[in-house]
Amino acid sequence: MSLATKLPALSRRRLLAGAAGLAGGLIAVRDVSAQAVQPGAHQQVLDKAVGGKKAQPGKVRIRMPEIAENGNTVPMTVTVESPMSAADHVKAVHVVTDNNPRPEVASFHFTPANGKAEVSTRIRLSQTMNVLAYAEMSDGSVWSARSEAKVTIGGCGG
Amino acid sequence: MNGRFWALGGATLVSAAAIVAACTTGPTPTIPLPADGSAGSFKSEPVTQFERAGKKSGFLFATPETQNMQKDDFDNPAFLLVDQGEAMWVKAEGKAGRSCGSCHGAAANLRGVGVTYPKVSKETGKLFTLEHQINYCRTERMEAQAIPYTSQTMFAIETLVMHQSRGLPVNVSNEGAARPFFEEGDRLYHTRRGQLNVACIHCHENNAGNYIRADLLSEGRSNGFPLYRLKWASVGSFDRRMEECYAQVRAEPEPYGSDELAKLQLYVNWRANGLLIETPAVRR
Amino acid sequence: MSTARVRLPASVKKGDVVEIKTLVTHTMESGQRRDAQNNVIPRKILNKFVCSYNGKEVFKAELAPAISANPYLAFFITATESGTLEFVWTDDDGSTIKEAAKLTVA
Repeated sequence: MSLATKLPALSRRRLLAGAAGLAGGLIAVRDVSAQAVQPGAHQQVLDKAVGGKKAQPGKVRIRMPEIAENGNTVPMTVTVESPMSAADHVKAVHVVTDNNPRPEVASFHFTPANGKAEVSTRIRLSQTMNVLAYAEMSDGSVWSARSEAKVTIGGCGG
Repeated sequence: MNGRFWALGGATLVSAAAIVAACTTGPTPTIPLPADGSAGSFKSEPVTQFERAGKKSGFLFATPETQNMQKDDFDNPAFLLVDQGEAMWVKAEGKAGRSCGSCHGAAANLRGVGVTYPKVSKETGKLFTLEHQINYCRTERMEAQAIPYTSQTMFAIETLVMHQSRGLPVNVSNEGAARPFFEEGDRLYHTRRGQLNVACIHCHENNAGNYIRADLLSEGRSNGFPLYRLKWASVGSFDRRMEECYAQVRAEPEPYGSDELAKLQLYVNWRANGLLIETPAVRR
Repeated sequence: MSTARVRLPASVKKGDVVEIKTLVTHTMESGQRRDAQNNVIPRKILNKFVCSYNGKEVFKAELAPAISANPYLAFFITATESGTLEFVWTDDDGSTIKEAAKLTVA
């Protein structure tokens, strides 16, 4: 009969809880990349970037593979419908993720000289998550989009 | 025109001849180095044929996004390292004061050379991978230091040399002097290893086209090394990839540049005979 | 050794919207990794990118550690006149990588 079953019920619960807490602490110290993702941090970053304005879905599109072959290098293209004229253009696009250790990805600042509000890059995703974009227009409106990418653990050395 | 003039001129001619003589154990360069100081690489287009001789290149087992990165020489991040290799090509190093280009001329002269490696070195009788040959040239001809097999520097010059053969079919020999090494490589490919106790064939012959967790298994034919691996976010050689293959089956990896990996590379490159060289390829 | 590569179309007509592609060597150390002694490898990334067209800033980006190593950035500009495109990447430590390219506009 193990030690745990000999103890009175209350102490047994406390022993198990304590052990779990200790194990959790050890894991947190060793593996920085698994540091706690702050839920909602990505929304705070977006809100701050657009000065608290409310976003409505539309106009901006995120193109990414549905399943990332490797989370280290995920191609991503963000496009915003806009004439890019002096009177009506995209000022900035802010991109964040909701399940990386830190939510920021990039902020892209456009001018009418771009002719087209589209930018392509390659990003890092530590696990399956959503990528979110807020597009700020010259008329003050803010538009949003969300795209999910699955990031898997492979078998061939990663 | 006094005696000193003739003596100096004669000495220059003799030393030039000596340099040329020392350099001509390899092919005689026909294309000279460009005057603008560049390496004179062979201009090739990205490969478009991935299935040949009944074999499939690893390219066909990658996702479209990964394939797109290889299809365009600008989008392919490995070309940053090719640039570095080209800078190395024209840089004199070592006591003999030579660069690769001093003997080989334009890098394009090496088109067709990489497709035959690993091969038995005529000078030493040993099985040479391209890396062993590069270091042999460096130590014996350039009187420079050998480059570590683990370094990006080695991958840079190796990628440059293999890239000259892009589009040509892999053509390693498993006959003659290479036969005993080839048979060893064949045996290694079929030998179970590691805690998981599997051999290369269990994945790459018995299960090519099947998934291991979320990865699609290729046929294990090496026609694109050195290549850009998304996992490394950098370029690596065959030996670098083997380190992960061995580790993945929980076997002790072999040191880069070792004889065992050279024999294995001979066998795995032979498996790729007929497929076109894609260096620098892009894989996950 | 940091090398930057830039690609623009060879020649364009006035008014064309053309894609500019850029690629630069940089490990983009995220600050999330640990070394063999278990110490955190400090963050060191290119955090800013600016493109100017004949001296006028046309596109700018702030980059975070979530941008992959060897950052790739492709964007568009409307070709108005022949001239020079300048690209500047700024590292966390303040150093910069610069590249320039000629744009020929018919």
